[in-house]
Amino acid sequence: MKILVPVKRVVDSNIKPLIKTDHSGVEISGIKMSMNPFDENAIEEAVQLKEQGKVDEIVAISIGEPKSQDTLRTALAMGADKAILVSTEHTLESLAVAKVLEYFVIKEKPNLVLMGKQASDDDMNATGQILAARLGWPQGTFVSKLELYSNYVEIIREIDDGQETLKLPLPAIVTTDLRLNEPRYASLPNIMKARKKPVETFVLAELGVDITPRLYIQRLDESSPIREGVIVNSVEELIDKLQNEAKVI
Amino acid sequence: MAALVLLSYEQGNTLRSTSLSTITAALQLEKEVDVLLVGETLNERLDQAIHLNGVRRVLAAKDPSFAHMQAESVANLMASLASDYEFILAPANAEGKNILPRLAGLLDVQPISEVTKIIDKSTFVRPIYAGSLLATVCSKDKKKLLSIRGIAFTPIKTIGGNAEIKEVTLPSPLPENQKSIFLNLKLSQSNRPELEAAKIIISGGRGMQSSDNFTLLEKIADLLNAAIGASRAAVDSGFVSNDFQVGQTGKIVAPELYIAVALSGATQHLAGMKDSKIVVAINKDPDAPIFKASDYGIVGDIFEILPRLEEGLKNRI
Amino acid sequence: MSDTKREQMEFDVLIVGAGPAGLSAAIRLKQLTPSAQICLIEKASEIGAHIVSGAILEPTALNELIDNWKKKSDVFQTPVHHERMFYLLNDNKSISIPILKSLMPQMNNNGNFVVSLGDLCRWLALEAENLGVEIYPGFAGQEVIIEKNCVKGIITGDMGVNKDGNQESNYVPGVELRAKYTLFAEGCRGSLTKKLFKHYALRSNVDPQTYGLGIKELWEIPPNKHMPGYIQHSFGWPLDDHTYGGSWLYHFGKNLVSFGFVLGLDYKNPWLSPFEEMQRAKKHPVIKKHIIGGRRIGFSARALSEGGLQSIPKLTFPGGLLIGDAAGFLNVPKIKGTHTAMKSGMLAAETIAEALITQEIEPISYCLRIRYSWIWHELHQVRNIRPAFAKFGTKAATLYAGFDSMVRGKVPWTLHNRLEDYEKLKAASLCDKPLYKKPDDQLTFDKTSSIFLSNIDHRDTQPVHLKLRNSLIWKTVNWNVFKAPETRYCPAGVYEVLMDNNEPKLQINSQNCIHCKSCDIKDPTQNIDWETPEGGSGPNYSSGM
Repeated sequence: MKILVPVKRVVDSNIKPLIKTDHSGVEISGIKMSMNPFDENAIEEAVQLKEQGKVDEIVAISIGEPKSQDTLRTALAMGADKAILVSTEHTLESLAVAKVLEYFVIKEKPNLVLMGKQASDDDMNATGQILAARLGWPQGTFVSKLELYSNYVEIIREIDDGQETLKLPLPAIVTTDLRLNEPRYASLPNIMKARKKPVETFVLAELGVDITPRLYIQRLDESSPIREGVIVNSVEELIDKLQNEAKVI
Repeated sequence: MAALVLLSYEQGNTLRSTSLSTITAALQLEKEVDVLLVGETLNERLDQAIHLNGVRRVLAAKDPSFAHMQAESVANLMASLASDYEFILAPANAEGKNILPRLAGLLDVQPISEVTKIIDKSTFVRPIYAGSLLATVCSKDKKKLLSIRGIAFTPIKTIGGNAEIKEVTLPSPLPENQKSIFLNLKLSQSNRPELEAAKIIISGGRGMQSSDNFTLLEKIADLLNAAIGASRAAVDSGFVSNDFQVGQTGKIVAPELYIAVALSGATQHLAGMKDSKIVVAINKDPDAPIFKASDYGIVGDIFEILPRLEEGLKNRI
Repeated sequence: MSDTKREQMEFDVLIVGAGPAGLSAAIRLKQLTPSAQICLIEKASEIGAHIVSGAILEPTALNELIDNWKKKSDVFQTPVHHERMFYLLNDNKSISIPILKSLMPQMNNNGNFVVSLGDLCRWLALEAENLGVEIYPGFAGQEVIIEKNCVKGIITGDMGVNKDGNQESNYVPGVELRAKYTLFAEGCRGSLTKKLFKHYALRSNVDPQTYGLGIKELWEIPPNKHMPGYIQHSFGWPLDDHTYGGSWLYHFGKNLVSFGFVLGLDYKNPWLSPFEEMQRAKKHPVIKKHIIGGRRIGFSARALSEGGLQSIPKLTFPGGLLIGDAAGFLNVPKIKGTHTAMKSGMLAAETIAEALITQEIEPISYCLRIRYSWIWHELHQVRNIRPAFAKFGTKAATLYAGFDSMVRGKVPWTLHNRLEDYEKLKAASLCDKPLYKKPDDQLTFDKTSSIFLSNIDHRDTQPVHLKLRNSLIWKTVNWNVFKAPETRYCPAGVYEVLMDNNEPKLQINSQNCIHCKSCDIKDPTQNIDWETPEGGSGPNYSSGM
């Protein structure tokens, strides 16, 4: 049993993103970067499955600038066996990422792709679903619990009204919710060992995968919390406004 | 060309209000808006759907494989209908976000998630970085696939429409190994909705003064079917557990109504709730920053205001 | 610390802290003994993330450490080219003080660079890694391993412990990092250094250390207002004559301005708030005109050692030594410590390279190397200036400093500092409350919106790392006598007083902590103990800070 876990290097989720003065993007030079938190859940789950003896190999893959190797080292320190770096200077959209992943799914032949439901930078929440469609594989998104069997995986999904249990024949795509698990810390000895594990590097431009962007960012703005702040004089007035003006109760 | 909206239902036959908001978004893009109704049985839903205001046509797809809105079959169906539409929209809820990107994969389109504003036919605004930034993005795809954030668009009326019904021919079913198998659904047990899913949230801050005083909020939450939240200061003071924390380091929420009680409105807290549709602040300090971040505010002692609010809501309901 | 069996790792040399001192030591060691196994740990989540300084870099040490450094990094793109000094008379008026280059050599910044010290450290870390130094950010030293009275290394903090001290599902015990020699480069008021002071009585026979608190904001200003290489300093208003401190303002990099304020932690008025003093200083026209219309993009704070020569402790002990501001090599009149920190690290490296061969237990020759280096010479020249401010007040001390500088410290006396900073507070009832105005959110800000820019991350459920030893003492001393000065000197709003049925209670918001160490220094009865939180916690200062 082999699991492929894509991991993305993103601006650390504790960092308040700073917009460039020309509003063209987020300032990322010299900003702390980390593994996308949802991907940490994916790695953690894969490692737990390996510890249970249900998985033989965990392959982590990252697409991005050479620094993405740091993210892969974290994945290796958490317990992945091998890493693949697909090196590119371009920022890829979910569709392009799915196409690159498809290339490596065909190459690596995993039984399960376990990945974050979204990246904490662009919050698009699409790559797993697109990849599943392209491969013609069943998908289980927003998963908070997972049981792996020899030829299927049983999952619990977090949906609007509660929790849905599905069974996915393998091979399949599963995307993780933060509730799936509590990711482990990469311990110092494991970080040291991870420096010696293999990272295979590919140059994206040489793979022949179409990564043409379909979107472009026109501008970014701060989402301001400032509002009108009408002070009402009584509880009755408040209820009236909520009911008749704002129509939210 | 026209727009197609995937309808999303609660358990039973209640159309989600986010579906109504999604139709509003579609109408901003195209005059001709069709809705897609899929399910195992459709009768009651069809009767409602034809009255949706502004809708041209209801595409009805009835099949046992749609009983649980599984992405594989629904996306497959939608792909077979896609050629007639320039825009395909779905609410940005668990259902829409599960299905729409899969459809995008089938159509070779880059989907655009959580749209909060439509600038023109190819330019959309969506939050990124957990809502701290807004991105204005242009799509170069011929076909646009958008998931729509409900609170950002006023729902259309459920009456006044006169749509025609068109039954949809189903594509050949997927092989068994290409789709998920539904086992069961466990509805949320708690009477109180979860923070991230709640339409109304009432949050308490340090000014609640004690854990016991949170019962004042619970009483109101019961009346409004609201979730309870808290500021980090309230969590640090031990009034409630970490799970309740709204803010940068806690949960990021965007309900239709957010009532902030006795919380000052630290930047960290605002970062977690500023996308709420309506914010109400109740605080004794008229200078508390929360008032600047709210739509309505009452200045005064929460121990007088909360019981009166509870009373007022009871009489109304 | 629990009794968990810990993994052990052995190195030749262990360095605690990746600031300029620790990184320079690592680089010099690898230059001298390429085969040595060197491990460097840092409590910040990544190198540079806890580094705070103005900073003007005097490249003396760098010249000796790395060839062609200027060409190797873009950290050094802003040479100082214009400098001014102001004495602020009040909130509006100022006197420009001429900088007499020949007479006040320590004030002269010709040939120096305005840098982000965090970025300098990031670059030094790359240089060190290229030489083969193993650098591990995200791990905090929690305990010193002392066996048979010899330092054998350190134990890193446990991870995944909850507030009550219980292990969570992802608990990872700390590891023992053992080395032949351990170099402590924790910066000012290091928590392990503090333990070493006590264990080896390193501070006996020297003056108490005295401290300053530096609070800094990073601004991005419109390009047409930016004057890269322009630097200015001010003293006087808003502080009174008996409070030591002043501001800096440096234009550098890409439209950046570093503005900051240092305030002596020997201040007496418990009502004083260093944060508010810094905020209101920005309203003075000589400062305001530089930053108004810009946007504030970073906020940080850090204590620094101001005691100088008289306060330098014994520097070595069996198995290790102290370098950088952990020892206290800052040159106060120069307002610079990076060059001395780097130099001390290099001298330590030279000592240790020898010791690895001779296998002496205590690397004692380090003290002599310091004694005969330019660090000592420099600090000796300026030894009386900071104490003069404490003794004579700002105005008289300025005159004294002018005289002292002109004779380059060649006076037959040495002024001493006999009291700890925490002993200097007066009772609140005896002091006037300064009137601090509400922030305008354009130029001046409150603490919460400030620390929001520090990108702080402390896992919510970890134990509180700021320990109040005795809450009774807090009530009788901090509250009754001084009216909770910690709520004011802490620049991050960690300490708050809550009224519980008219009974005051100290609330410690440890998640706000930006690791400046002021509370560990200034608490009147030394009742607050700053310990390292879980590794990787704390602020995450970005590039430019």
